[in-house]
Amino acid sequence: MAWTRDQMAARAARELKDGFYVNLGIGMPTLVANHIEPGIDITLQSENGMLGMGPFPFAGDEDPDLINAGKQTITELRRTSYFSSAESFAMIRGGHMDLSILGAMEVAQNGDIANWMVPGKLVKGMGGAMDLVAGARRIVVLMDHNDKAGGTKFKAACSLPLTGANVVDVIITDLAVFERADRKGAPFRLVETAPGVTADEVRAKTEASYDD
Amino acid sequence: MARLFPDAAAALDGLLFDGMTIAAGGFGLCGIPEQLIAGIAASGVKDLTIISNNAGVDGFGLGVLLHSRQVRKMISSYVGENKEFERQYLSGELELEFAPQGTLAERLRAGGAGIPGFYTRTGVGTLVAEGKEHKDFDGETYILERGIVADLAIVHAWQADPYGNLVYRKTARNFNPNAATAGRVTIAEVEAMVEPGSLDPDGVHTPGVYIQRMIVAATNEKRIENRTTRERA
Repeated sequence: MAWTRDQMAARAARELKDGFYVNLGIGMPTLVANHIEPGIDITLQSENGMLGMGPFPFAGDEDPDLINAGKQTITELRRTSYFSSAESFAMIRGGHMDLSILGAMEVAQNGDIANWMVPGKLVKGMGGAMDLVAGARRIVVLMDHNDKAGGTKFKAACSLPLTGANVVDVIITDLAVFERADRKGAPFRLVETAPGVTADEVRAKTEASYDD
Repeated sequence: MARLFPDAAAALDGLLFDGMTIAAGGFGLCGIPEQLIAGIAASGVKDLTIISNNAGVDGFGLGVLLHSRQVRKMISSYVGENKEFERQYLSGELELEFAPQGTLAERLRAGGAGIPGFYTRTGVGTLVAEGKEHKDFDGETYILERGIVADLAIVHAWQADPYGNLVYRKTARNFNPNAATAGRVTIAEVEAMVEPGSLDPDGVHTPGVYIQRMIVAATNEKRIENRTTRERA
């Protein structure tokens, strides 16, 4: 049976190592924060200018000056620091973020990712996604294995305009987990399947080539 | 030296002209200079190029200037929450340049620091890289991005002293310090003017040298775009 969104988020949380500085993308990646295991100390970055992002506030405690990159009201922690957008992306671009988890429309077998525009549809912008995939040390993609029409999202080559070239290290879908050893030509490898999902089923539903 | 003006109209007087570029601080609706935006709208100045991470929402923030059709071009990273923006963009009335968020912030920082361009990995291999100089350093490919200097920068801060030293509050800081450095003239809209000597010099976020004009705006709406809360246990 395919993993639920929460189970995917829980699987993604296992990519977080103790002491990591992590940026979680908007949408499903945000759920990962709910599944960080006890004993694993993570500092979350919000690219609008905050390290040490806390949970949503209690009703009545919302502060318009305290939001995350999804423009949601949040809270601060004892470790929190604030800084400008240039400083925020300096720490991203400079390789100081250990890991970022993002959603995607497509990922290619060479590690390319497309998640910001569909030609012919209204483009809202890339926000910080291009900076994150270019700068964070490890990129984990959290996405459905297939699109709503059943089409494959892990592809031989991206058909949509790229967000970054050769940047993805781990792909977690509702069916399986793929990982590659490096960005220098190592192929993605199927490392895990959801309970009851066979490697053959994954193969049948995937366009990309990968190692078993 | 920073001077205090009684309101936005007075602070903007003599600075606005058609076709000018304006850099604005703020992220979404957080930390935006509400009064200065309203003052620019009221002035009727047009054909503006606005450099801002976002474009406001319908009827609020920079959305006000879009609605009054005073904007010719936006340079932004994300413009999601704005129907009027969509309409003008799709009809070709509005020009749009997307810049990755970190590249946009660094372009302002660089422009303000006298750096006309810088190389970044962000955007390599994407549409953003098209037409830009590529250069390899230590086996990695980078693209050249240009610094931005704007005719006017408008920013929002929490506290200021009479010398233009600014302190921002929480994530309302965002693009404000970077935009503040990138204006040929910069106007700060502040929530509170404090007595000389009462800001900790070690805690000043934007030194007063960057600020030419100020207004106090104690009554801003500070609208919340996406109110999220949790239950008390």
